Amino acid sequence: MALPVAPKPALRRFHQARWDEPIIFELSTPGERGILVQQPEPAAVDALALREDRLAPLRRSDAPALPELAQMRVVRHYLRISQENLGADFNIDIGQGTCTMKYSPKVNETIIRTPKLMDVHPHQDEASIQGVLEIFWRTERLLAEISGMARVSLQTQGGSAAIWANIAMIRAYHEANGDGGVRDEVITTIFSHPSNAACAKAAGYKVITLMPDANGYPDIDALRAAVSPRTAALMITNPEDTGIYNAKIREFVDIVHEVGGLAAYDQANANGILGITRASDAGFDLCHFNLHKTFSTPHASGGPGAGASCVSEKLVPFLPGPTIEKVGETFTVNHNHPQSVGTVAPFFGVAPNVVRAYAWIMALGADGLRQVAETAVLNNNYLLAKVLEIPGASAPYAEGKRRIEQVRYSWQELFEETGVSSEEIGIRMSDFGMHYWTSHHPYLVPQPFTLEPTESYSKSEIDEYVAVLAHVAGEARTNPEIVRTAPHNQTVHHIHHDDLNDPARWAITWRAYQKKHLSN
Amino acid sequence: MNNPVTHPYIPNTVPAVREEILAAVGAADIEEFYADIPSSLRVQGSLNLPAPLLSEAELERHVSGLLNKNTSTREALSFLGAGTYNHYVPSVVDEVIGRSEFLTAYAGEPYEDHGRFQALFEYQSMMGELLNMDVVNVPTYDGMQATATALAMAGRITGRRGIVLVSDANPDLVSKVTDYVRSFMDLTIIPSSNGTADLAAAEQAIGADTAAVWIQTPSFHGALEEQGARLAQLAHDAGALAVVGTDPIAYGALTPPADWGADIVCGDIQSLGIHQWFGGGRGGFIAVHDDPTFVLEMPSRLFGLESTDVPGEYGFGDVAWDRTSFALREEGKEWVGTAAALWGIAAGVYLASMGPTGMAELGETLLARTAYAAQQLASVDGLELSDSALHLREIAVDFSNASLTSTAAVAALRARGIEPGVVLPGNRLLVCVTEQVTAADIDTLAATLTAVLKEN
Repeated sequence: MALPVAPKPALRRFHQARWDEPIIFELSTPGERGILVQQPEPAAVDALALREDRLAPLRRSDAPALPELAQMRVVRHYLRISQENLGADFNIDIGQGTCTMKYSPKVNETIIRTPKLMDVHPHQDEASIQGVLEIFWRTERLLAEISGMARVSLQTQGGSAAIWANIAMIRAYHEANGDGGVRDEVITTIFSHPSNAACAKAAGYKVITLMPDANGYPDIDALRAAVSPRTAALMITNPEDTGIYNAKIREFVDIVHEVGGLAAYDQANANGILGITRASDAGFDLCHFNLHKTFSTPHASGGPGAGASCVSEKLVPFLPGPTIEKVGETFTVNHNHPQSVGTVAPFFGVAPNVVRAYAWIMALGADGLRQVAETAVLNNNYLLAKVLEIPGASAPYAEGKRRIEQVRYSWQELFEETGVSSEEIGIRMSDFGMHYWTSHHPYLVPQPFTLEPTESYSKSEIDEYVAVLAHVAGEARTNPEIVRTAPHNQTVHHIHHDDLNDPARWAITWRAYQKKHLSN
Repeated sequence: MNNPVTHPYIPNTVPAVREEILAAVGAADIEEFYADIPSSLRVQGSLNLPAPLLSEAELERHVSGLLNKNTSTREALSFLGAGTYNHYVPSVVDEVIGRSEFLTAYAGEPYEDHGRFQALFEYQSMMGELLNMDVVNVPTYDGMQATATALAMAGRITGRRGIVLVSDANPDLVSKVTDYVRSFMDLTIIPSSNGTADLAAAEQAIGADTAAVWIQTPSFHGALEEQGARLAQLAHDAGALAVVGTDPIAYGALTPPADWGADIVCGDIQSLGIHQWFGGGRGGFIAVHDDPTFVLEMPSRLFGLESTDVPGEYGFGDVAWDRTSFALREEGKEWVGTAAALWGIAAGVYLASMGPTGMAELGETLLARTAYAAQQLASVDGLELSDSALHLREIAVDFSNASLTSTAAVAALRARGIEPGVVLPGNRLLVCVTEQVTAADIDTLAATLTAVLKEN
C-alpha cells in the first residue's frame, strides 16, 4: 500500500468516541484534591469561634460523599465524556427540527469571555455597567424592530419561560380590564409547542386545542366555534411544526380580538421569516423569540437559552420588571412599573446570550437577516425535494405547497413495508454521526421525523445528510436487523428502558442506584 | 438579495450554488417560497436596523468596546450579593463548559449525546450527596423557578392552597412565587423575629389548609435558620410539607435541610462554579426523597441510569417521561423546556473539583469571614447589625444611628472604589462576603465606612 490514497467511500466511516468512562464516584481516591480553596484568617476564625455554641448544632457531622479526584483526573473525565457528546459543531445538525441548530459564531464566544461581562454584578453602580446596559437596550430595540412590537423583555432564560411570561402578562391584562375572572380559556393548536398549552394550564386556564384541517392548517372554523367571551388568548405558532405557513393568520387574530381576547405568537422558530413578515403585521399583541434558536446563541446541551417576550403598546405596562431605559446618553434601570407582572426570573436575563444575539444581529444587519431567512427557506425546500425522493418518506399535508423553514416528515410508508420505526432509523443515523428528532407528542404525523436545515449548512452538507438518510432507509429494507440493533458505532449500545418508569428501580442519583441495586 | 457579500454564516448564498438549488427545486426565485404569505403581511422594504459590521474584526471591536465600558468586580472591591455571588470559579469548570461538544449540543438521544446525560446524571448525583437526598432534577431555569415549582408541587401533593413563608425572602423571589402560584395557592408571610422564623407566629399561621411551610436558609439577609427541625415538625404535624429554599454552597460544613426534616429542597446553583454574568448565570435545583409521590410531581427532566446490551456499560434515559409537558402537553406537570443544562454541567465539575474537603473548607471560610464582617461592621460607630442571628455570607447592617443613610454611604464608598453592598428598605445595607473577600478587604470596608461616617 502506498500513495495515492484510495478515494473516500460514499458514506463517512464514523465512530463516536468510546472511552467506557466510569461514573465519577468510581474514580474517587480518598484524600485526592481537585482544587485548594482560600482559608480563613486567624481573626476570622476567632470571630467565628465566638458563635460556635450556636453554630455547633448546625454543623454537618458526616462529610458529603462527593468524589475525591486530583485535578487532572477531573479534566480527563469530563473531556472524555465531552467527546462522547455530539455537539452541533461536529454534526450536520439539520435533524433537530424546530430547534434551529444554526451556527453559533466563535467570535461571539471570544467576545463574551471577558471579566467585563463574566465578573460583573447586577447591583453595581449604573455608571460601572453602562456597557452591558447599552447592549441590553440595543438588543431590545433590534428585536422590537424585527417583531414590530413596542417593547421586549429579555428577562427569561428560555422559550418556554418566555411563553410563561407572556401568559402571565395576558392574565394581568385581563384582570386590569376587570374581566380576568370571566376569561378563563386559552386556545392553542396541536402543532404549536406543548409549552403554550402547558403554561396556560399552569396559569390557571382551561386549554382548548385546535386540530388541523385536512390540509394541515389550523382549522379556522374550529377557532370560530371555540372563541367566546371566556377567551383570554390564542397562543399559536406560524408556520407550525409542519412548516406550512397559515395564510389566514390575520383572520385568526381578528377572530380572537373580536371577542376581546389577546393573540400571542410563538416565534421560537422565526428563522424563515426574518425581515419577511412580522408579528405586528398580523395584529398579534405578544410574541416571543428564542435567542438560542433564531439568534444563534449555542444550545448549551439544553440551556441556558434566552427568551425575548415582545409586546404591543397595550401590554407594555404589564412587562416583567425591571426595564432598561435610555435617558439622554445614559442607560438606566427602571423599577417603576406598578402594573408589572413582577419578577419572572432573576435580574435582567441571560447576559452572555443577549450579548451573543446582539453580536449576531450586528454581524448581519437587515439585508443579512433577510438572507438568513431566504437561505433557510431555500435550503428547506431543497431538503424537502431530496427527502421526498427517498422511497418510503413523505411530507404529509398541503401537498405541493412550499414549506417555510422546517418540515415534519413521515416514514409511515417505510414502516408499513418494513416494520422499522422512525425511532429506530433515527438511532441508526447516529452510527453515521448524524441525528434526527421525531416530533412532539402526540404523534399526529405517523412515524414522524422533523428536519430544519437553517441557513448554516452548505448544499454539499445537506446532500451528505440526505445520502445517509437514504442509506438507512435502504437498510430498513435490505438489512432491517442492522437498523433495529443500532447503534453499532456509538459510545454505548442499545439502552434498556425497563427501570426508567418503575419507582422501585429507577436510579436518578448514584446514591439511589447504590441503595436500590447494590444494597449499599 | 441586494447584498453581494457571501456571508460566512450563510454558505448557500454563493450565487452559483443558489442558482443550482433553485433549479433543483424547480423555483425561479426565492419569492416563490413565500407565496403563501399575503402581501398585506409582508414587510415593505427593509427592516430599520443599524448597518452591519461585516468584518469580524469590526464586530469584535464594536461589541467588546461596549463591554469595556463596564467595570468588573475584579477591578473594584465588591460586597454585592443579594442573589448573585462572587465565588471563585475553578479554571477546570470554564474549560469543560467551553468545549464545543457540550456548548453546541442540544437534544440528541442518549446514544450520540451520552456525554451530557452522564455529566448531568453525575451533577444530580453530586448534588444528592451535598443535600443528602436521592432525587435531584436536571436544572430548571433558576432558583426562583425552582422555588415556585417546589411550592406548587407541595400544593398538588397535599391538595391544599396555603403557603406559609416564615423567613425573610428576596422580594424578587416573593414576587415570582406570588404570581406563579396565585391561580392555585395563597401566600402568607410571617415576619421574622431577630432575623429568623418567629416560631409562635408560624405555629399560629400553619393550619389545615397549609400545603407548605416555606423556609429560606440562609435568608435574604444571610441568616441561618436554627429552628428548622421544629418548623419541619410543625409542618408535618399539620399535614403540610417543609419546603426549604437554600444555597448549596455551605453544605460541606452545615447540616443539609433533609437531615432536619425538609421534604423539598430548592434553590439556585449560581454559587457552584458559575460566574456572576451580570446576574444571568443561573440554574434551579429541586431535590426530593426517592418517593414517587414527590418525583412524579416534578416538571423537570430527570436523567436515570440504565443498563445496555453490553455488560459493564452504563446507559442513560429519561425517568418517568410521562409526567412532563413534553409528553402530555397541559396534562403534564407545569411545563418544561430548554433551561440550564450547561450550568448544571458546570456545577457538577465544580463539585467534582471541590470534593468533600473543598466544600467543607469553603463552608468554614464563608462562615468565618461572615462572622468577621459582622464583628467589624458592628464596631463601626453608628452602625448596628439588624439581627443577632448566625449568618452565612450576608448580613444586614442598620444605618439608623449613622450620620449617613445607607444610600448615601453607598455613594460615598463608590466614590472610593468600593461597592459596599445592596441598599435595603429601612435604611439598611446588605453586605456580602465570599471567599473572594479577605479579612483585610473587610477591614478596608469597615475603615472606609468609619471614615465617611465621621466626615459627615
